[in-house]
Amino acid sequence: MIPEIGHFALILALAMAVLQSTLPLYGASTGRAAWMTLGSRTAVAQFLLIGIAFAALTHAYVTSDFSVLNVAKNSHTAKPLLYKITGLWGNHEGSMLLWVFILSLYGGAVAVFGRNLPERLKARILAVQGMIGVAFLLFILLTSNPFLRLFPVPLNGEGLNPILQDPGLAFHPPFLYTGYVGFSMAFSFAVAALLEGRVDAAWARWVRPWTLAAWCALTLGIAMGSWWAYYVLGWGGWWGWDPVENASFMPWLAGTALLHSAIVVEKRDALKSWTILLAILAFSLSLIGTFLVRSGVLTSVHAFAVDPARGAFILAILVATIGGSLTLYAIRAPGLKMGGLFQPISREGALLLNNLLLATATATVFIGTLYPLFLDVIGGSKVSVGAPFFNGTFIPLMIPLLAAVVLGPFLSWKRGDLLGVLGRLKLVFIFAAAVALVTWRVVADGPAGAVFGMGLAGWLFAGTVAEWGERVKLLRVPRAESWRRAAGLPRGAYGTTVAHLGLAVLVAGITGSIWQVERIETVHPGDHVDVAGYDFRFDGATPVPGPNYEAQRGHFTVTRDGREIAIMQPEKRFYPLQRMPITNVSIHTNGFADLYAAMSDQAPDGGWVVRLYYNPLVPWIWGGALIMTLGGLVSLSDRRLRVGVPVKAKPVKSKLGQLKPERG
Amino acid sequence: MTRKRIRLYTVLAGLTSLAVAVGLVLGAFSDNIVFFYSPTDLQTKHVPPERQLRIGGLVEMGSVNREADGKKMSFRVTDQRNTVAVTYTGTLPDLFREGQGVVAEGKLGADGVFKAANVLAKHDEKYMPPEVAEALKKSGHWQEGGAK
Repeated sequence: MIPEIGHFALILALAMAVLQSTLPLYGASTGRAAWMTLGSRTAVAQFLLIGIAFAALTHAYVTSDFSVLNVAKNSHTAKPLLYKITGLWGNHEGSMLLWVFILSLYGGAVAVFGRNLPERLKARILAVQGMIGVAFLLFILLTSNPFLRLFPVPLNGEGLNPILQDPGLAFHPPFLYTGYVGFSMAFSFAVAALLEGRVDAAWARWVRPWTLAAWCALTLGIAMGSWWAYYVLGWGGWWGWDPVENASFMPWLAGTALLHSAIVVEKRDALKSWTILLAILAFSLSLIGTFLVRSGVLTSVHAFAVDPARGAFILAILVATIGGSLTLYAIRAPGLKMGGLFQPISREGALLLNNLLLATATATVFIGTLYPLFLDVIGGSKVSVGAPFFNGTFIPLMIPLLAAVVLGPFLSWKRGDLLGVLGRLKLVFIFAAAVALVTWRVVADGPAGAVFGMGLAGWLFAGTVAEWGERVKLLRVPRAESWRRAAGLPRGAYGTTVAHLGLAVLVAGITGSIWQVERIETVHPGDHVDVAGYDFRFDGATPVPGPNYEAQRGHFTVTRDGREIAIMQPEKRFYPLQRMPITNVSIHTNGFADLYAAMSDQAPDGGWVVRLYYNPLVPWIWGGALIMTLGGLVSLSDRRLRVGVPVKAKPVKSKLGQLKPERG
Repeated sequence: MTRKRIRLYTVLAGLTSLAVAVGLVLGAFSDNIVFFYSPTDLQTKHVPPERQLRIGGLVEMGSVNREADGKKMSFRVTDQRNTVAVTYTGTLPDLFREGQGVVAEGKLGADGVFKAANVLAKHDEKYMPPEVAEALKKSGHWQEGGAK
């Protein structure tokens, strides 16, 4: 009964979405207030209905109702409760339901919290959200219904792929989708603005919190996915430029660019049509990401959908959304009034450079990810594009970007003085050089690129701190005065500072991984392996039973200079239900470096083949991503950006930059 | 600074970054695109020596031979028409099994033995690498539902 309620609620939600996507639009073009307010009501109703459907499916999972095909395929009574619930989105149908649930959550949030939005703009935004809802609800109901019944009812389910039974991965999809779908808000705002034919500072201020929230969720989601790849897959790496990873990384790059260009629209009323285009692109890339992962074109653990009808349906959604919005853009964008003028060397110029580099980087990732598919479609050779391609194109683009991250905030709006700024950054440069020098001395045999990378991280870190120091006039005015200034800085400014510090930590972590030390050895009890000065003693392996697996647990005692550092117990697990072996890695971290041990196979002579790694600075990768997310959240808490607080667009004066150094 | 000049500069900056991107992409493509060969392709097509390439097919039954230390091994990859011998040193993915689909990346030696630097098998026993499926279809040995 409950699954039928869920199914029915989903159909009603589709009806609501149809209303939401049409009536308010008509109301907005004819100026009828009653029709416009329908947008909010239908959005809330749609959210409640999809919530009911979501709850119904969750109920089926929790109670292990195997009469529901989706549950029978993906769950099992022996599974821990957490994975029963998260198993809901560990498959195609359930994850699409999560997708529309988050979509309707955003729509409902605009309806409820967007009271300060102009009625007409709000109606149009909700209508565009409604259209996206129609497309995806149709997709679910026609091709991927999670509520299909199964008869006869099996005694037990087929279980979830054991590699997905992991807390890190359990929450990776919700965050990723909150990010992906969050860009639908920026998209709806952009399309609504094109319909209005007007983009101004107020528009940018409204669109920014949504973009920021989506960006934070996406950053966290990608970090979780990478963390999962690091400690579950047992290959010692954290990013492989896999198409599935790229699918989530492209919207992130475009979203990062959008965050920065929206600042220019808000502060200077410039780069308007570019910002609109970025908003469209960020969501288009999210859709392409969904398509790539869900359609089965990339056959991997992520491709639940092997049904070509689904791929064709998502492709149709993709073509309609991207084609439609870009056509609208082509018609309307030239009519957008061009705003504030600026010199190439200025804050706007720096942000534009940021955008150009990020957009170019997105394009290269896009080409590398889709080229093999393209070649395949036109019947060319089978090729694969691997990490060397992406490293070769992406890193050269990131170096000038990272260098400019420090310079940008120091330049004033409209017209900046690059030489003057460089003069003020002398100390920062010396600090960066010192970091590089120390790195070079400490790791004498490291590659030059790594030394440069550490210098760059130092440059970012010191430059960001210096920028904060500049704003509070650190050391130049009495300390109390500095404190007063520090307390008076807007949260948005702190958000930028924290996010850029996080970026510095991230760059250091990525650079550190270049010095990874890998040892693959066959060990017998009592054997020693030296990994970068750490002595791993293998004390043997013992069988250990698990809840739904059997494991062989290896025992390592790690010492350094005779002092015991850690006992590490990696496992090799075997899940009999799926007849699948899984490597369970053991990681010991001190915050600066990871020791990493994984059991591979038993050798014919009875020994164990093990992989041992020393991963310097790698934990900083996720630390950096967390700090960046924190920066985004701090910025989100800024009063001016808070959703629902009435804001008036401040007139932008040309001298604002010089008079008030505080800005967000 | 007039609007026209701004537009000019913006277009110039855009074109420059486009040119840089094209340059980077072409440069990286020429070195880093890895072509896929089935065992039959290896027999019939000219394979450039010392170039990184991927091969794929099924791991031939009974062909896996590990040395006592478990690290060095050799096996044969087949598309049921032709086979190629592969040597590999390192650890195998969890799902590497005889009779299962596999993709290996490495170089073809002058002796016709493929020296794999990397062996890929995905995390799902139902999974069949698309290239392998295609290679099997071409050689006429594809069974719907995958090889067991």
